[in-house]
Amino acid sequence: MINFRATLAIYFHELDRFRRTIFGSLVAPVLTTSLYFIVFGSAIGGRMQAVGGVDYGAFIVPGLLMLTMLSESTSNASFGIYMPRFTGSIYEILTAPVGTAETLLGFVGAAATKSLILAAVIMLTALLFVDYHVAHPLLAVGYIILVAASFSLLGFILGIWADGFEKLQIIPMLILMPLTFLGGTFYSIDMLPEPWRSVALFNPIVYLVNGLRWTFYGKADVDIATSFGLTALFLAICIAIIAWIFKTGWRLRS
Amino acid sequence: MSEPILEIAGLTKTYAGGLTALDRVDLTIRRGEIFALLGPNGAGKTTLIGAICGLVRPSGGTIRAFGEDLSRSWRTARQRIGLVPQELGLDMFDTVERQVAYSRGMFGCAPDKARIEEILKSLSLWDKRNEQLRKLSGGMKRRVLIAKALSHDPELLFLDEPTAGVDVELRRDMWKQIGKLREQGVTIILTTHYIEEAEEMADRVGIIDKGRILLVDDKDAMMARLGRTEAIFSLEAPPAAIPTSLAHYPLTLDGNELHYRGGDGAGRGKQEVAAIAQQLTREGIIFTALEQKESSLEEIFVGLVERGEFAGEGAAA
Repeated sequence: MINFRATLAIYFHELDRFRRTIFGSLVAPVLTTSLYFIVFGSAIGGRMQAVGGVDYGAFIVPGLLMLTMLSESTSNASFGIYMPRFTGSIYEILTAPVGTAETLLGFVGAAATKSLILAAVIMLTALLFVDYHVAHPLLAVGYIILVAASFSLLGFILGIWADGFEKLQIIPMLILMPLTFLGGTFYSIDMLPEPWRSVALFNPIVYLVNGLRWTFYGKADVDIATSFGLTALFLAICIAIIAWIFKTGWRLRS
Repeated sequence: MSEPILEIAGLTKTYAGGLTALDRVDLTIRRGEIFALLGPNGAGKTTLIGAICGLVRPSGGTIRAFGEDLSRSWRTARQRIGLVPQELGLDMFDTVERQVAYSRGMFGCAPDKARIEEILKSLSLWDKRNEQLRKLSGGMKRRVLIAKALSHDPELLFLDEPTAGVDVELRRDMWKQIGKLREQGVTIILTTHYIEEAEEMADRVGIIDKGRILLVDDKDAMMARLGRTEAIFSLEAPPAAIPTSLAHYPLTLDGNELHYRGGDGAGRGKQEVAAIAQQLTREGIIFTALEQKESSLEEIFVGLVERGEFAGEGAAA
């Protein structure tokens, strides 16, 4: 029988940690993203041409949203599971009648929730700087949830893999952030000359940014079905890895 | 003998590096008892508890809890098991009450503020319920670990070094708390470095070393079987040899001291010392002082583990 109370216990415990660290968890990323809007949206954006018929300030909103969500979903989930490992309080999760599904729903659900709150705040904040509208709001919400869940799962894997605080930052800082910057956050990959345009198509973040951009403006550099499909595949791979981790006890049980 | 609550057979744990932490451990724990597991550092005490509670993956053997195979019925079994770990593994930024409520939820129990209040009050933590754990003393943190372990009212409770680093007063308080739990029918398995703790509380004692159970017995039976009385008579004028009337006692003459070491830990030693004293008086041998002591569980433990005494006594019950 599924232990839903354990899921709720983990979920609310994690959200409470979010409340306790509200400045670092919410204010800091919103402030950073606002600075992007001020610099690229208002200051430089006014002098840029529209991209595919979308005003430049509005064009970068999905990309910046994705940049924040990828980073925060990964960091929140990795920190969420790494901290109990670091303090030793993970013993409680391992000795409780809690399976993989309940643990994941609790940790990843909480991390994804934090990202969704953050996404909502950033979208509201963006309205202060640029004028944008969402063409497919339901698909946008669905896609944001899918991305938040997928990268929270990735963060969960990182939190189990990491054996120090430094390693928690390696993937978000050295891989995700550069790939997101190069993944069309601030430009359309159609603006790139060959061979860079073709090279950019090997960057998975291109598909994420363009998937979200399509839900906003109905236009994207890549096929939207490919974006949804790759994100769903990534989610499935992460779940499979985590199932293996729990089955073997890798880095959890001695 | 009450029914078994935990049955371990051939439990083995060999780590990837080749270290065998548990070597074919057989052990049965009876419902309602306090079982003390004694052993030096690295003996396998914590590994054994970890294997039962889900922290360690056994390499071989079986564990049955509440009559069910733990590897299959782990969910229902774990709901009935509590663990107080050796390390203070806590979310130091959370409050006492929230941490205990969290533990209750983790074990699938519905929120129950009244029960949590009861547990916190019984452990003198109620006044600290809104404190962050990082602000509590080490002893208080250990109480929080106990409160967390009790939050889902386990029937089988593991206490891994529950009073390590705790002052004497708090230790006595915890002993009382453990006594109350036993009265409530909770089966308790504790590991400890304080043999006095085992002597004070345990019904049965198991001694483990190098991953193997050396001896398991009722504490009183163990004391009776392995316990000894030691007495030293200080003689005013030592005789040239031990009088023949005392030859059948385990006595040695060392200068002006007459040493006795014998008995059975169940009173025979005291009777023999009294009889020796009377016989010395009858023989006209004057003694000016008499020191007498019973061997403790600690001496038995040291004898078993460090000196390899009582070889062949081991039997996992």
